[in-house]
Amino acid sequence: MDAIVFYGFSALTLLAALVMVTQRSPTYSAFAFIVVLCSLSVVYGMLGSPFIAVLQIVVYAGAIMVLFLFVIMLLNVREEARSARDGWVLKGVAIALVAAFALQMASVLMRARTQFPRDFEATAARVAEVLFSLRFLYVFEATSILILAALVGAVVLAKKDL
Amino acid sequence: MTEAAVQHALLLSALLFAVGALGVFIRRNLITIFMCVELMLNAVNLAFIAFSRSLGMPDGLDGQVLVFFVMTVAAAEAAVGLAIVIALHRHKDTLDVDAFSLLKW
Repeated sequence: MDAIVFYGFSALTLLAALVMVTQRSPTYSAFAFIVVLCSLSVVYGMLGSPFIAVLQIVVYAGAIMVLFLFVIMLLNVREEARSARDGWVLKGVAIALVAAFALQMASVLMRARTQFPRDFEATAARVAEVLFSLRFLYVFEATSILILAALVGAVVLAKKDL
Repeated sequence: MTEAAVQHALLLSALLFAVGALGVFIRRNLITIFMCVELMLNAVNLAFIAFSRSLGMPDGLDGQVLVFFVMTVAAAEAAVGLAIVIALHRHKDTLDVDAFSLLKW
């Protein structure tokens, strides 16, 4: 049962990612990306990370994608126009390059010596113990500064005249 | 779930990263390209989760924390990036990347 869910949602993730990339309309791409994020969250859950799975839904599908859709609606984005540079030769070169890249990455990752220990469950409490430990203290505090900088930067960039 | 699940998750992560890179190459809409970059970040997160699962209980939790930080950075990046997209749209009235060639040699 676990295996069926895991492989089913893995396949759905890959399929939705391909739909997202081949779609001309940004709105459809965004919706396909939401499918990718939600099914990826199921994959995280099956790999024993319920905390990250929930975070994926809340932060990615909930916050970031709403922001994306908001901007798409706001700017009234049209479909990509077809142009002379759209030929199949360029696309073929891109696909060949990316396929070679994927082959390299897969061959390196497959060489990793992996195990599958029993009873792995990274619950929120266990992740929090590591996250708020002294080891990640400075990283955690630096993140707050990063978010503040992003906040100020977004306001400055999007404002008409400052 | 069998032993090979971690390897298959890593394979999925490599494929997702490649699909994201393909989107960056073939799409010409700025927002779609930006979403493809987010897809690549998600592929890396999946690799972190898979290695975390492989490392087991006390050591593997570091991977979960790193995914948390990657998500935070992605959220900050999305906020700033979309602000830049809005500013660019105001200047040129289009989101086609071919229109933004001011810095091109």
